[in-house]
Amino acid sequence: MLVQVTINGEKREAEVEPRFLLVHLIRDVLRLTGTHIGCDTTHCGACTVLLDGRPVKSCTVLAVQAHGKEIMTVEGLEQDGKLHAVQEGFWQEHGLQCGFCTPGMLMTSYAFLKKTPKPTEDEIRWAISGNLCRCTGYVNIVKSIEYAAAKLREGGA
Amino acid sequence: MIPAAFEYSTPASIKEATALLAKHGEDAKILSGGQSLIPLMKLRLASPRHLIDINRIPGLAYIQETDGVLRIGALARESDLEESNLIRTKYPILVDTSKVIADPLVRNLATVCGNLAHGDPANDHPATMLALGAEVVAVGQKGERRIPVAGFFSGPFATALRADEILTEIRIPVAAPRSGGAYLKLERKVGDFATAGVAVQVTLSPNGTCERVGIGLTNVGPTPIKAKRAEGFLQGKRLDEGTIKQVAQLAAEESQPTADFRGSTEYKRDLVRVLTARALRKALERAGGGR
Repeated sequence: MLVQVTINGEKREAEVEPRFLLVHLIRDVLRLTGTHIGCDTTHCGACTVLLDGRPVKSCTVLAVQAHGKEIMTVEGLEQDGKLHAVQEGFWQEHGLQCGFCTPGMLMTSYAFLKKTPKPTEDEIRWAISGNLCRCTGYVNIVKSIEYAAAKLREGGA
Repeated sequence: MIPAAFEYSTPASIKEATALLAKHGEDAKILSGGQSLIPLMKLRLASPRHLIDINRIPGLAYIQETDGVLRIGALARESDLEESNLIRTKYPILVDTSKVIADPLVRNLATVCGNLAHGDPANDHPATMLALGAEVVAVGQKGERRIPVAGFFSGPFATALRADEILTEIRIPVAAPRSGGAYLKLERKVGDFATAGVAVQVTLSPNGTCERVGIGLTNVGPTPIKAKRAEGFLQGKRLDEGTIKQVAQLAAEESQPTADFRGSTEYKRDLVRVLTARALRKALERAGGGR
């Protein structure tokens, strides 16, 4: 079945079986391996991508469901060699150790800050409650998102 | 994990979708949010031969009040409900419920109607819809019919939907003045199913007695439970602390929990008692009768 998507602004297409998952289309066919597969059971959020602007778990979406839609992955954050504010935040505030959950955390944060430019700590913790990190205890992740929120409010990238 | 192979179709209308359902019968499943179905298919606990994706049918994502009824369409997502101004201001019980379903990412796809159609006694909206006295619209080849949610769940993962029917809409009576409701759930962590959950909706009369009451229970029986005896007891009474205690006790007695890794039957039954009392107090406060 033909699937045509716009991914990080680029039109791509592939022939896939209907049972093929979106995360596999992204990683194995389109070769964008920044998106991770963690639990593969809809829990961990490492596979989070934006589907028409909304963060979703790409291990729980069929590739064919994305036909005609816009996808944004972690590779789409950086522009012209400049990190996005959420990426900069995770770097500056040490929001990662092993980095496995980071692509998902970044995509959830990106979508969250678009809707909630002045978040409270509670709102941040609520927003990332579908993204599991097993290293940091979330303290630095929350700080990273606060950093990004402040930077975006100042008009940064 | 990859699901077993299936045929995939994207009907452009409900009519086309019901025709496909009629053709394939029990071999077919409707795909809406897919946040329960796709995990089941990946684990091969479900292997439908035909998947009928209704996501491309236009005009099903509505949440609106018309003619005294709040209508929620088949493709309204849980996050749409959470973000709807109408729901936030007039139906806080629905926000209570959505917010404790899975996690924010799942809720961006999961649908409210799917939460009922799946027939899982651990799902959260069934109890809330029982409390609210909602009905669902089932559309099949022969037309549409309305089914009260109180008669919708026939067993674990079994509903009154016929093989060719699609649940296209939930209909909730617009809340009367002096109404309030709440949904409370104990979960071990975000994303877990309820150890127990309780939904309460009350409408008070001008003199403060209980004019209408609905109480629904989550994950403490083979189906979502309508706590009819507790409701009957409260009818016409004032919601004072003594009455709240008795209603909560009755609701606990009506629950039918089984022991599992979330707790013993005694623990869950007592949890129903505690959550019912708390939900009643919150519902009373929201109905404006807290003083």
